[in-house]
Amino acid sequence: MAYSLSINGRHYGVDADGDTPLLWVLRDHLGMKGTKFGCGMALCGACTVHLDGAATRSCQTPLSSVGNSRITTIEAIGESPVGRRVQQAWIMHDVPQCGYCQAGQIMTATALLTATPNPTDGQINDAMYGNLCRCGTYPRIHAAIKHAAGNEEVAA
Amino acid sequence: MNRRTLLKAGAAAGGGLFLSLGLPPIARRVLAQAPPMMNAPLLPSAFIRIAPDNIITIVSRNPEIGEGVKTMLPMLIAEELDADWANVRTEQADLDPAKYGFQGTGGSGATPGNWEPMRRVGAAGRVMLIEAAAQRWGVPAAECRTEPSLVVHDRSDRRLSYGALADQAALVPVPAMDGLKLKNSRQFRIIGKPTGGVDVPAIVTGTPLFGIDVELPGMLYAVFEKCPVFGGKVIGFNSDEVGRMPGVRQVLNVPGDGDPMGQFQAGVAIVADSWWQASKARDALRVMWDEGPGAGQSSADFARQAAALASQPPARNLSRDGDVDTALVQAAHVVEAAYSYPFLAHATLEPQNCTALVAGGKVELWVPTQNPSPGAELVARTLGVPASAVTVHITRCGGGFGRRLMTDYMAEAAWIASKAGAPVKLLWNRKDDIQHDFYRPSGFHYLKGGVDAAGKLIAWRQHFITWGNNGEFAAAANVGDDNSPAGLVPNYTLNVSFLPQVVPTGPLRAPVSNALAFVSQGFIDELAVAAARDPLQFRIDLLGAPRVLPGAGGPPGFPPMPGLDTGRLRGVLELVREMSGWEKRAALAAGTGMGVACYFCHRGYFAEVVQASVAKSGAVTVDRVWAAGDVGSEIINPLGADAQVQGAVLDGLAEALGQAITIKNGSVEQENFDSFTLLRHGDAPPMEIRFLRTPYTPTGLGEPALPPVVSALCNAIFAATGKRVRDLPIDPAALKTV
Repeated sequence: MAYSLSINGRHYGVDADGDTPLLWVLRDHLGMKGTKFGCGMALCGACTVHLDGAATRSCQTPLSSVGNSRITTIEAIGESPVGRRVQQAWIMHDVPQCGYCQAGQIMTATALLTATPNPTDGQINDAMYGNLCRCGTYPRIHAAIKHAAGNEEVAA
Repeated sequence: MNRRTLLKAGAAAGGGLFLSLGLPPIARRVLAQAPPMMNAPLLPSAFIRIAPDNIITIVSRNPEIGEGVKTMLPMLIAEELDADWANVRTEQADLDPAKYGFQGTGGSGATPGNWEPMRRVGAAGRVMLIEAAAQRWGVPAAECRTEPSLVVHDRSDRRLSYGALADQAALVPVPAMDGLKLKNSRQFRIIGKPTGGVDVPAIVTGTPLFGIDVELPGMLYAVFEKCPVFGGKVIGFNSDEVGRMPGVRQVLNVPGDGDPMGQFQAGVAIVADSWWQASKARDALRVMWDEGPGAGQSSADFARQAAALASQPPARNLSRDGDVDTALVQAAHVVEAAYSYPFLAHATLEPQNCTALVAGGKVELWVPTQNPSPGAELVARTLGVPASAVTVHITRCGGGFGRRLMTDYMAEAAWIASKAGAPVKLLWNRKDDIQHDFYRPSGFHYLKGGVDAAGKLIAWRQHFITWGNNGEFAAAANVGDDNSPAGLVPNYTLNVSFLPQVVPTGPLRAPVSNALAFVSQGFIDELAVAAARDPLQFRIDLLGAPRVLPGAGGPPGFPPMPGLDTGRLRGVLELVREMSGWEKRAALAAGTGMGVACYFCHRGYFAEVVQASVAKSGAVTVDRVWAAGDVGSEIINPLGADAQVQGAVLDGLAEALGQAITIKNGSVEQENFDSFTLLRHGDAPPMEIRFLRTPYTPTGLGEPALPPVVSALCNAIFAATGKRVRDLPIDPAALKTV
C-alpha cells in the first residue's frame, strides 16, 4: 500500500507492505544506503535513525508505524549543528576502522548531545550501549563525543 | 590518450620494469590458496594517475576491511613519489593480478609485503617526473629535486607542478626498479605522520561504500537457506507455496558441491523483488533436510571424545627436545593441567553478501572479500566457466577478521544469479552469518611441566587434541613444530591427536595464535607461580640470551617461517613492565590483580599487562590494559597503528569474556548478538600503547596484539582471586566467592 514519509525534510511516496521495516524502505526502496543492516533484531544499532529527533532502530520500525514522524538519516544529519559537530569530531579523532557501524553510532551520539549537550561519561556509556562496534573503536567514539560536546579529552 | 590517465609508461618501456613481489610466507600460509601472478611486474601507471589540477589518484591494491590499507598503501607510494598528501585521492583496485600482483588481505601481510614494492612504485614515478622536467628545461635530471608535488631546479630557480609535467612524464621510460634510490627515514614527509583514514569523510556522511550498498539496474534480491546441520542436503520443500508469496520470482534448489565442510553448500534460494520480500517468503519456507552424519554431534560430545584421546598415545609427535619424562621426575615442582577453548564465529558487522551478474558467458561480481583471487576461481569452478570470464569488483568490507578469506557467498551469489536472468544481490541475515561460518576451531590441550629447584623451566609436555581429516590438520586447527615454548625448554615434547572434523573451520584474526597463546602463556604462568617466581621475570629468564630460533616448517615449496627473536620479545616485556608499574602490583586492592603475557606471531612482538578486578559475584572488570609492541623500524601511520592495537585488544577481551559457538544436535546454538556477544561501549578499558623502534623491516599490526591479551586477562584473574582460568570463555560462576 502507499505511504507518505517525511525524510530529511522532503516527502517521499512509498508503495510497500506495512510490515516492511523502515530500514529496508530507506535502503532498497529509496536508495539511501547510509543506514546499515547488522542484526535485524535491534541488538546492534547499525540501523539507527531519528524519528522526531529520537534515536530509533529502523530494523524494528514497521513502515505502517511511522505515520507523520519526521525521519532523519545519516545522509542529512550534518544539516543540524550538533550532527555536523559530531561528524567533524569523528573525522578529527579518526574514529572508523571498517566504518560499517559508524552511521548508527553518529545518529545515537547526535541524539544524545542534542538532548544532553554536556553528558557525563556514564551518560555516554548508557546512551551508546546499544551500538555495537565489531572493530573496537569505542575509545575513539567516546573521545569524539566528548570533543563534540566541547569537553575535549585526550584520546585513549 | 585519456587525459585523466596521465602518468602512463610507454609501451616500449614496459618491458624494462620487472619488480619481484615477494609475498611473505605467513600470508602464503594464511591465505588458503596460492594467489596467481605473485611475481607480476608492477608499473607506476597501474597505481598512479596525475591530473592537470595536481590531484594525484593512487590505487590501493589490497581489500580494505578496516585495517587501514586503503590509507597506508597509498601513503607508501605517495612518500616516494613525493606527492602532496593533501591532494592525493585513493581508489580501490578491482581484482587484476596481472596489473597489481597479489591482492589479498590476511596474515598481517600488507605491511611486510608492500613496504618496499609500493615505495619503489612511487620512486619510479618520481624519477619519471624529474626526467620530464629536465627535458622541458634542458637541464640534467641530476640537478633537479622534488618538493611535495613539485619538481625544482635550484640553479635556474624554476619549478613545475606534477600536474603540469604528467603528460610528458608518461612518455618517459620506466626506470629499472631495483636501481631506484629510496628515501631514508629522516627524509619521510608522510610515513610516520598520523594520517586519517581516506574514507572517513564518506563514512560519516553515509556514502555507499560497502558490498551491501551495491545497486544495479534491474537488480533482484536473494536469501539462501542452508541446512542447520553442516553438510545437510535438501530432500524437498514447499516450492509452490513460497513461490506464491508477494514479490517472489524464483525458488531454487541449490545443489552445492557435496563437500560437507566446503564452500558451496546445498540449500534453497529465494529470489524476489526486494530483500524484505525474500526474507518474508523464507519465513514460510519449509525444507525437509537429510541432515546427514553430523546430526547427532554436540560440543559436550567433542569434550568427551577429546578426554578419551588424551588418555591414549598421541597420533603424532611434532617436536621433541631432550628427555621430558626423566626431567619431570627430577623437577622440584610439577604442574599438570588441561586447557580448552571453544569454536568462535567472526561476526563481521556487515553480513556476508555478494552482488552478481551472469550473462553471455561472463560473470561480474561486486563483493566485500579479503581473498578475491581464490573467490574468482571458486566461482569459475562452480559455474563451469574459465577463470578469465570472472570479473571481481572489490568493495570496502564491513569487517573481515578472516571470515572474508572464505568466499562461499561468492559461489552462492554467482550460482543464484546464473539462474535468475538478472543481477542478484545475495544477502545473509545475522543468523545465517553466525550459523554458517568457518569457525575458529575449538581445541583441547593436556599439559605437564616441571621447574627445577632454582626456578628454571626444565620440562614441558603438551598433547593437543585438535580437528583433522585423515591425519591432516583442519583449516586453522594446526600447530607448528615451533609452538611456544619450543626451543626454550631443554626437555620439550609436543604431540597431537585428531578428532574427525565435523564443523567447518577457518582463520580468525591471529589464526592459531589466538588460541595457542592462551594455553602456553597460561601454563607458563602456572609454572612461574609453582616456582614462586615473578611471572614477568620468569618469562624473561625463559627467553634467555638474545638469539633467533628456527621458524616452523612451512608448506612444501615454501621457505620456513621467521623464528622467534628472543631479544625482541624480551624488549617488549621490559617495556610493558615499566609502562604498567608491574613492580608495584602488590599494592593493588584485594580482588584486583595484574597479569602479563607475551607472544610472537605474524612477525610482530607484543607483551601486554591487564589489570582486572573480580567481584564477589564473579563478575570480571578489566580496569586497564598496557600493550608494548615491536613491529620494526617504522610505524607507517600512527593513527592506524593505535587503532589496530586497540581493536585487537578489545577483540581478544571479547573472546575471553564471553564468546563461544556451541554445537547441539549438529547445529550451532547461537543466532545473534544476544547469544554471541561483543564488547559494548562502556566495557572498553583505558589502554596505553607504545611501540619499540628496532632496526627491522616494518611488519603488520592487524593481528599480533590480540593473542597475548587473552592470557594476560586470565593471569590477572589468577592474581586477583587465586583461581586459574583454563577453559574459555571465562565463567564468572567459577570465580564467585562463597
